Amino acid sequence: MEPITIWWIGERAMAPAVMERVQQELAQAYGVAVRCAEPPGRPSGTWDPKRRQHLTSRMLSWLLQVGPPGGKLLGLTDQDLFIPILTYVFGEAQLGGRVAVASAARLREDLGPGGEGLFMERLVKESVHELGHAYGLLHCQVPRCVMTRAAGVRDVDEKSRHLCPRCRHRLTEPGRSRHAVE
Amino acid sequence: MPSNERVRILVVDDEEIVRESLAGWLDKDGYLVEQAADGRSALARLGAQPFSILISDLKMPEMDGLALQAEARKLQPSLAVVIMTAYATVDTAVTAMKQGAFDYLVKPFDPEELSMMMQKIVAQQELVRENAVLRKALRKEHQLQDLASKAPAMQAVFELARTAARSSSTILILGESGAGKEVLARAIHAESPRAAGPFVEVSCAALTESLLESELFGHEKGSFTGAMARHKGKFEAAHQGTLFLDEVGDVGPKLQLDLLRVLEERRFHRIGGNEIVEVDVRIVAATNRDLQKAVASGAFREDLFYRLNVIPIRLPPLRDRREDIPLLMEHFLERLSAELGRPVDGVTPEAMNALVAHPWPGNVRELRNVLERGAVVARGPVIELADLGLELPGPTRGDAPRPGVATAPDQSLDEVERRHIIAVLAHTGFNVSQSARVLGVDRVTLYSKMRRYGLKRDGDDEPTTAPPR
Ligand SMILES: Nc1ncnc2c1ncn2[C@@H]1O[C@H](COP(=O)(O)OP(=O)(O)OP(=O)(O)O)[C@@H](O)[C@H]1O
Ligand SMILES: [Mg+2]
Ligand SMILES: [Zn+2]
Ligand SMILES: [Zn+2]
Repeated sequence: MEPITIWWIGERAMAPAVMERVQQELAQAYGVAVRCAEPPGRPSGTWDPKRRQHLTSRMLSWLLQVGPPGGKLLGLTDQDLFIPILTYVFGEAQLGGRVAVASAARLREDLGPGGEGLFMERLVKESVHELGHAYGLLHCQVPRCVMTRAAGVRDVDEKSRHLCPRCRHRLTEPGRSRHAVE
Repeated sequence: MPSNERVRILVVDDEEIVRESLAGWLDKDGYLVEQAADGRSALARLGAQPFSILISDLKMPEMDGLALQAEARKLQPSLAVVIMTAYATVDTAVTAMKQGAFDYLVKPFDPEELSMMMQKIVAQQELVRENAVLRKALRKEHQLQDLASKAPAMQAVFELARTAARSSSTILILGESGAGKEVLARAIHAESPRAAGPFVEVSCAALTESLLESELFGHEKGSFTGAMARHKGKFEAAHQGTLFLDEVGDVGPKLQLDLLRVLEERRFHRIGGNEIVEVDVRIVAATNRDLQKAVASGAFREDLFYRLNVIPIRLPPLRDRREDIPLLMEHFLERLSAELGRPVDGVTPEAMNALVAHPWPGNVRELRNVLERGAVVARGPVIELADLGLELPGPTRGDAPRPGVATAPDQSLDEVERRHIIAVLAHTGFNVSQSARVLGVDRVTLYSKMRRYGLKRDGDDEPTTAPPR
């Protein structure tokens, strides 16, 4: 399976510890080489002034345009993301494609006593999840599998950061992934 | 858990970006998603293939969402329709629901709301399939004409009724109001050798004694003021058939004596006449009164009681045969589907629990009425608890006040409203759509009230349509 590159493409700085943690967990989950790298800049043309959010599909196009030629690319951001029909999304990926994006903007909601540790855990889960899509996985209905749909932070907290056996199996199944149109 | 792979969804919107982003989102849940840009091509797809869910925009050029819904239903009656709308057109969306849409979504919508709505539809459709199987299995057994039951006590009643039907002995049906005395009387007639003859019903409670007398026995022309012509009574009308004397416990003393005579002699004369009329009639009588008590108190003739009580059949009240409730529900829903011209496929598990737990003082008739109301009010093919309009049972959580309980007289209207909303939300397990229906407001209104009173479930995001900060 192809290696993964992680870019921080947010406005403010992100603690290196968080990035390292995501890197480790992705390597664990997919058993591939994962590296953190500096992006050539910040995405442009993604901001929607009416919604005051960034349009996810444009984020993905930007990543495709400027990203490295091979492997999977995950963009992490602190900006709030949306798709036209929904009020927000936590992230999006090209199904079976090269790029994915995940947002930390809403992952600090209702942290409670979990604090930064819980925030990091959420970001890890969303990162593993979006890359799962990039590797061709659909949403899973096995409880606690990281590929279950999380529509809100409660759903994120409910699931684990792990792929269930079936999803793991599907990852290695050739021709199983459905390729989304770009 | 049902797999989404069998669930085919058609997304219809004239804006490509909306179609794409919604289809992409649903795609990842494993649904089979197709898209159409207008009503016409949507109908073409619906004509070609079965779909589970239609998600359509409301405002589209040419055919709008409402028109599409109406046409789509003709092609696929069990299709769940969800209408997408902008704030400005919420009223029309409500109209869509009145016309049978499952729900509506205000664009842009909350991802949690969309997720939950899809799951709910899939779960309901699954339930419908299970019910259909159940229904088929139940239908064959446990019937006596129009009566359905599988309770052992009722099976004994059916057995007795079948045997008794073959004779021409008088039958006395006893049971509470709504327990099915009249249907049983008709069933006995239908099962008897007299089935080809008339079934004539007389309600003894409805008429004054003298009117009842002429009703039963008929009269000759001029026998009393107003008797313009000769009139055949019910006894004659029931010749070679069955005469059903309903509410026989309400008959007055004079008529009790007359009845006694006919039952003894099987002949009588019309009022004001001398001619003896002989009839061949099987009598089935019914009452919800305690006739033995009436005999003891002198209100009912003992000799008449014994004449009627040849084969007594006692119909148990519904609360003593709760196992019949699901079966009767199937029985009535099938009829209601036909009458309403749209599928009514079942009730949610919560609704079923409530139906089984209800005391049913009005017996089967009350059950039928409750289901009828539910079927009319229900949004989709499945009746929910709130649709039934049964009085709510006690609080499900300790901290929630019981709905409908009077509040202290020192509270402001806002406080009462807030508490009532909390109570209803608690009762529905924080189901906003269902609570809105119980409260008689639309969901948008309920959301805004919830926001105003700061109501959210533990750990819940506040429903939001605006980005944070
Ligand atoms: N076992 C049953 N299966 C199906 N339908 C039933 C059954 N029992 C009663 N019903 C229906 O319930 C309703 C009430 O029944 P019915 O009129 O026979 O009650 P009743 O005992 O005569 O009541 P009342 O004393 O008030 O006249 C009718 O619509 C009847 O068709
Ligand atoms: Mg009756
Ligand atoms: Zn996902
Ligand atoms: Zn899984």
